[in-house]
Amino acid sequence: MAGVLKDIPGGGPAGFMEPHGHTIPYMLSSEDLAHLRRELGRDLTPLETACFENLWSEHCSYRSTRKLLATLPTTGPNVIVGPGDDAAVVRFSEDLAVVVGMESHNHPSYVDPYHGSATGVGGIVRDVVSMGARPIALMDPLYFGTLTDEKNRYLFEHVVAGIGDYGNCIGVPVVRGEVVVDPSYRGNPLVNVVCVGIVHPDRYLLARAREPGNPLLLVGSSTGRDGMGGASFASRDLSEDSEAEDRPSVQIGDPYTEKLIIDAVLEMAETGTVLSCKDLGAAGLAGASSEMCSTFGAEIHADRVRQREAGMTPPEIMLSESQERMLIETRARDVPALSRIAEKYDLTWSEIGKVIPEPRYRVLFHGKVACDLPIRLLTHGAPLCQWETKPRHLARPYARPAADLAALAALVLSHPEVAGTEWVTEQYDHDVQLRSVSLARDAAVLRLDGAALVLSCGCNPRQIAIRPYEGTANSLYENAANLAVVGAEPLCIVNCLNFASPVHPEICWELEECIRGLGDMARRMGVPVVGGNVSLYNESDEFGTQIRPTPSIGLVGKGDVRTWQPAPEGALLALVGETRAEFGGSVLDAVTGCGGDAPALADIAVLARIRELVNSGSCLAATDLSQGGLLAALAALSPDAMVEVEGDPVAGLFSETCGRFLVAVRDESRLKGLPFRILGEAGGDGLRITAGKERLVLTAEELRRYEGTVTALMRG
Amino acid sequence: MRFAVVRFGGSNCDRDTWHVLQEVLGVDTDLVWYKEGLPRGYDAVVLPGGFSYGDYLRAGAIAARTPVMQDIQRHVQEGKLVLGICNGAQMSAEAGFVEGTFAVNAYPKFLCRPVHLRVETVSSPFTSRFREGEVIRLPIAHKEGRFITPPETMAALNREHRVAFRFCDEKGKVSEATNHNGSLESVTGVLGQFRNVLALMPHPERASEEVLGSVDGRRIFESMIRHVEIEG
Repeated sequence: MAGVLKDIPGGGPAGFMEPHGHTIPYMLSSEDLAHLRRELGRDLTPLETACFENLWSEHCSYRSTRKLLATLPTTGPNVIVGPGDDAAVVRFSEDLAVVVGMESHNHPSYVDPYHGSATGVGGIVRDVVSMGARPIALMDPLYFGTLTDEKNRYLFEHVVAGIGDYGNCIGVPVVRGEVVVDPSYRGNPLVNVVCVGIVHPDRYLLARAREPGNPLLLVGSSTGRDGMGGASFASRDLSEDSEAEDRPSVQIGDPYTEKLIIDAVLEMAETGTVLSCKDLGAAGLAGASSEMCSTFGAEIHADRVRQREAGMTPPEIMLSESQERMLIETRARDVPALSRIAEKYDLTWSEIGKVIPEPRYRVLFHGKVACDLPIRLLTHGAPLCQWETKPRHLARPYARPAADLAALAALVLSHPEVAGTEWVTEQYDHDVQLRSVSLARDAAVLRLDGAALVLSCGCNPRQIAIRPYEGTANSLYENAANLAVVGAEPLCIVNCLNFASPVHPEICWELEECIRGLGDMARRMGVPVVGGNVSLYNESDEFGTQIRPTPSIGLVGKGDVRTWQPAPEGALLALVGETRAEFGGSVLDAVTGCGGDAPALADIAVLARIRELVNSGSCLAATDLSQGGLLAALAALSPDAMVEVEGDPVAGLFSETCGRFLVAVRDESRLKGLPFRILGEAGGDGLRITAGKERLVLTAEELRRYEGTVTALMRG
Repeated sequence: MRFAVVRFGGSNCDRDTWHVLQEVLGVDTDLVWYKEGLPRGYDAVVLPGGFSYGDYLRAGAIAARTPVMQDIQRHVQEGKLVLGICNGAQMSAEAGFVEGTFAVNAYPKFLCRPVHLRVETVSSPFTSRFREGEVIRLPIAHKEGRFITPPETMAALNREHRVAFRFCDEKGKVSEATNHNGSLESVTGVLGQFRNVLALMPHPERASEEVLGSVDGRRIFESMIRHVEIEG
């Protein structure tokens, strides 16, 4: 065997040189480095250091969160592949499984909002495709600083354009999303993406090498210097200068090549000769090849990777996060057939190495060894971190806002979380693939195999910040409520845990509480958490901000094909569920600073009853109460109505107590056994509300104006 | 009767269009990979929506210069039908099958929404199943859909009744308020010189099944089928 390569240009103990002339500092801690020197009995090569730096980053190894994530329920009768592979596989019907993944692309989207968000879509779509599945839907929960600020609008505009241009081009409809605005995201906007695909339950692929000796094919784009060290970049704070300095860490996407890859990989998978497959994402080829081959071992020839720039070093080739690349294991005899498919789609390919029987991860560069490691040390050896925790209580006492009801209504209804997001959704091709039956209000309903695939996403960070446990549990509940109002039941959960830095004990406590809340509610509902990712260190020195805890949820469910409808004229409007004065983290709190405690845990029994009500046809229209409370629900379900609200009108209209629904029925006997109160009747001219001695009238024109807030802000 | 849907790299409505023709309407329809050319004669060729070549350069520009377009040109010259939908409409314009150009929308963003269209002529193989002046509902989904052409060409198109569809409101009124992408005279569907090519920005295949909210688009395909049946 050749000697370990020492003379790598730019390589050296202090870091390797970027083509742009500045040095990426090693992120590997001195403890990790000492630990590795002890394990290996020698110094690390530059490539080995780069591999550990990326694969042992939080982004790849979950070292701060693995123990906590292990507490989540991940199994169930429908789960075919749970967490751990590129995406999860869950049975939908006899002949169809859904493949689900969720990812964040937060840091890159701040540095370069257009390409950062676009490549976030590309990455999660490839995760689904690498399971042999056709991607059929995307959801994009977004979290931004307040849109009155010009820079936030710039970020928002380009993130939406990036998602749209990429998703539209590859022909995967964005069917759901949410937009949360809060000052805590001004230095760390969050871009989370859920992708859902479909595959025959017996024909999915895994990212686990199957036989030593098999060749490894790299298919797709050539490899350049873009996205260097993205995984480690994703695992640190964004500093003041990050926009300029980190731009080389942001990948540039090419959705046209992605579309070709989708079509080519699915055609390859159909031949039955793809033995394993993995997308090149975080940590590039080093990440994909070591993780895929950790079942055995791998030998990679870095010089056989097709490069788009001259003079690339082994760390650059192996860690590049150039987009639109796939790693495929096949048998030697099947290489010609697969390469013909690649060529049909004008995709370049090369045989870059093979699966080996020894449990080593070996990289050669022009015949010299640039890396030779025990493979499991690299992929599974990251020592876990244990951070201190310390509870904090952010609830402030409630002070009734001084403004009158009409003024409060205007503020709440025109808040971007309540107002319409048409400006966003119209930029997404949400109809391609001909499955979108109903995309209004609560959940997306897609026809699939004679039934409906029903999707919802998001969370409520302001409430979660005040009560992390209840807030996260309620966020899951709220997603399930979105499904229930179209009669659907949850199948599985994915999530992105977006948090500030866990080195702060309060943040670590929030993280623990959120995971506990998610796990407990998931268990009570009997729904498994099948995948997700973790994005830590979302804090900004530039603004002195930490993001609110944002355990964003993607919920996948199944039901009958149904279209969401507003309440028909003459229907009785009923509020189901008790209302308490719970304002903490509400939209009212966001617009007036009224404070208060966040909602208590919602009652899970009501969910099943609402589902029955919808499925029995007893209810003409339904929506759940979330941001903006009863007033927002009325404006959506029945913008023309005459209703009366009991008790304190501020609580009645704006409290965000969880577990409540607004339903329209012909006959109130249908609601027997449920805690409900008839509010009034749909119809008439505008929304007319009586609350004690106060009266509030919202005309159709006013409601339209509030609804159009985001469009007006963005189009100027 | 046999139709072809031509798939280019980056086409993404090819399977949808095939589904409507083959599975909803029962027309024998081949999905043809563009590199194979037109392997046989077809009664109609559909150029589907999507982002051929990623819309790089200009939407439809590169696809319009691939060899398969020479086969399709011959097919047009024989008087057979070509329906270009969205990206296919852009290709048809780039290939010179119809007059005009589809430029970037007036508000330069992708725009996906259901719209009302007024049927401007029923004397074409694509619109015979409508009533003149009828208002129909189809979705649009494009960033480069603003129809433009010089005034003398526009005058000729009007004179020869080659505007097939215009954006309008639900009552059929055409005005700037409903001109979703800023097209010249709200035009969003235009016929070629011999009326056997229709370049159409809205998506009829997305309005061909009840469950998806509208079946108005199906009548475009049904008009084509009737034309082929009559013409043999």
